[in-house]
Formats: sequence, structure tokens, C-alpha cells
Amino acid sequence: MLWTELGRIGRGFDPWYDFDWETNLVDRAAAVPSMQAIEFPLLNVWVNADEAVLTTEIPGIDAKSVEISVAGRTVSLRGSREPEPEAEGQTYHRRERWYGQFSRTIELPFNIESAGVEALFRKGVLQVTLPKAQADKPRAIKVKSE
Amino acid sequence: MAATTKELQKKEAQVPERVERTRAVRIFSPQVDIVEKKEEIVVTADMPGVDEKSVDINLEKNILTIFGAVEEDNLVAKHQPYHAEYGIGDYERVFTLSDEIDRDRIQATVRNGVLKVILPKAKAAKSRRIAVKAGA
Repeated sequence: MLWTELGRIGRGFDPWYDFDWETNLVDRAAAVPSMQAIEFPLLNVWVNADEAVLTTEIPGIDAKSVEISVAGRTVSLRGSREPEPEAEGQTYHRRERWYGQFSRTIELPFNIESAGVEALFRKGVLQVTLPKAQADKPRAIKVKSE
Repeated sequence: MAATTKELQKKEAQVPERVERTRAVRIFSPQVDIVEKKEEIVVTADMPGVDEKSVDINLEKNILTIFGAVEEDNLVAKHQPYHAEYGIGDYERVFTLSDEIDRDRIQATVRNGVLKVILPKAKAAKSRRIAVKAGA
């Protein structure tokens, strides 16, 4: 893990590396051309003690057509975007926007409480909140003194 | 695969040399479709995170500038990034338009993060077809 990480980021050994790990993770990960195959759609995952939040940019999609399924530790997203219908007498100068079907599955490091999953589609960004299963939540343990 | 990877990643907008941005955010170049129809030119741009209030469209002479401001993720306050594949930032893209555009009738809508700008052609530009007669 350590070595792959070093190679991927392409820097030498840096003792302060962990120090700013959280602050610029988003920027760095997106800027680095990673060696692994990039799947679509691109996902960002945010976590705290109680939940993970998955965000993805899928503009122009009908919110009802997105399927989200949760099983154990994995989440799957599935959906599609249709191309604009071609009409006669029109010419494309540029055609860069994607269309077609997509599906993506990711695994989280904890079990998901499937009853509490919420999804919100706003301004073309889908945000899925995945609460941790009760058993996987951190528990504070009191230390008894005698 | 390399080409595919490049396409899937968000592309950062290019800054002309020696020009610096004033805001310390990243700026991405949105993917666009440009369709020319008989009466109008339609520019469609994918700008997730942008709504009708944060988008700014400017037409100066023949230069069309599309700008969209994106707020910082509301998750930053209470969450930590765990895995990140895309960056968040504003959008900007500039086009030079070839046809004369009727400025007063430009329309723009944003829906689900997709910006659509309708640029109607001016009357003068529309009737530019010239009949070619056969030489005597």
C-alpha cells in the first residue's frame, strides 16, 4: 500500500506527508493521472463517524431514472443519459458531452444501514448518504477505575 | 485507454499566458455541444453544481463567454474526504461565434446542471444565401 501510494503520487519520501493528507486530498487526487482505469461516473466519497456520503456529477439526468442499490458494503449506481434527438437541417459544430448508460459499484469499508440511505439530486450533482450499520459504528468505551 | 482517461477527467480551463486568476479556485472547462439550426445556434454545456443564479453569460462582439460559479461542497464542514476522483471548481469557456447574433433575443436556461444558451441568428445573417447563376 505504501509503495503504490508513493508511486501514484509521484513524489519522494515526505515525513510530513500525513500531515496535510486530509486538507488537499480532493485537489490532489483529481489532478493526478492515476494508473488505475477510470470508471464512469467519477465519484467522490466523504466520511465521518456516522456515515459516508457519495457524490457524483451527472448533469442533465432525470432524477427518477437513476437506480441506486445497496447491499452489505457495496453501493451501485445505474442510469443513462439520452442524446438530443437529431433534427433535420441542423449541424453539430461540437459534440463533446457524453451520453449513454453507466453503472458503477463501489465498496465501502463498513456495512451500510440500507433503511437510512438517502439520495438527493441537485444542480446536476447526485449526493447519496449512506449511514453506517449500528454494529460498525465507533463506540466509546468507558474505562473503569478501581 | 489513455485517451479515454483524458476524456473522462474534468479538463481545467486554460489561462492565457501571464494572466492570473484573482480567485483561488480551480476553473474547469465544461464539455459542450454546439448545434447550428436554421434560426439559431444552441450551446449546451455540462456544468454540474451551477444553477441559474450562479451562471454568467456574456457576449461581446463575437466572443461568447460562459462562466459558472460553484460553491464549495457543503460536506467539507462535517466530513472528511475519503476517496476523490473529480475536483470541484468554477467553469469557464470562451467561444468566438461566426454568425451575427441577435443579442436582444438570447435566451439561457439551466436545468439539472446543464446550461443551454439559445443564440438566435440576426436577420441579416439568416438571408445570406446567394443564388449562383450559370454563366452565359
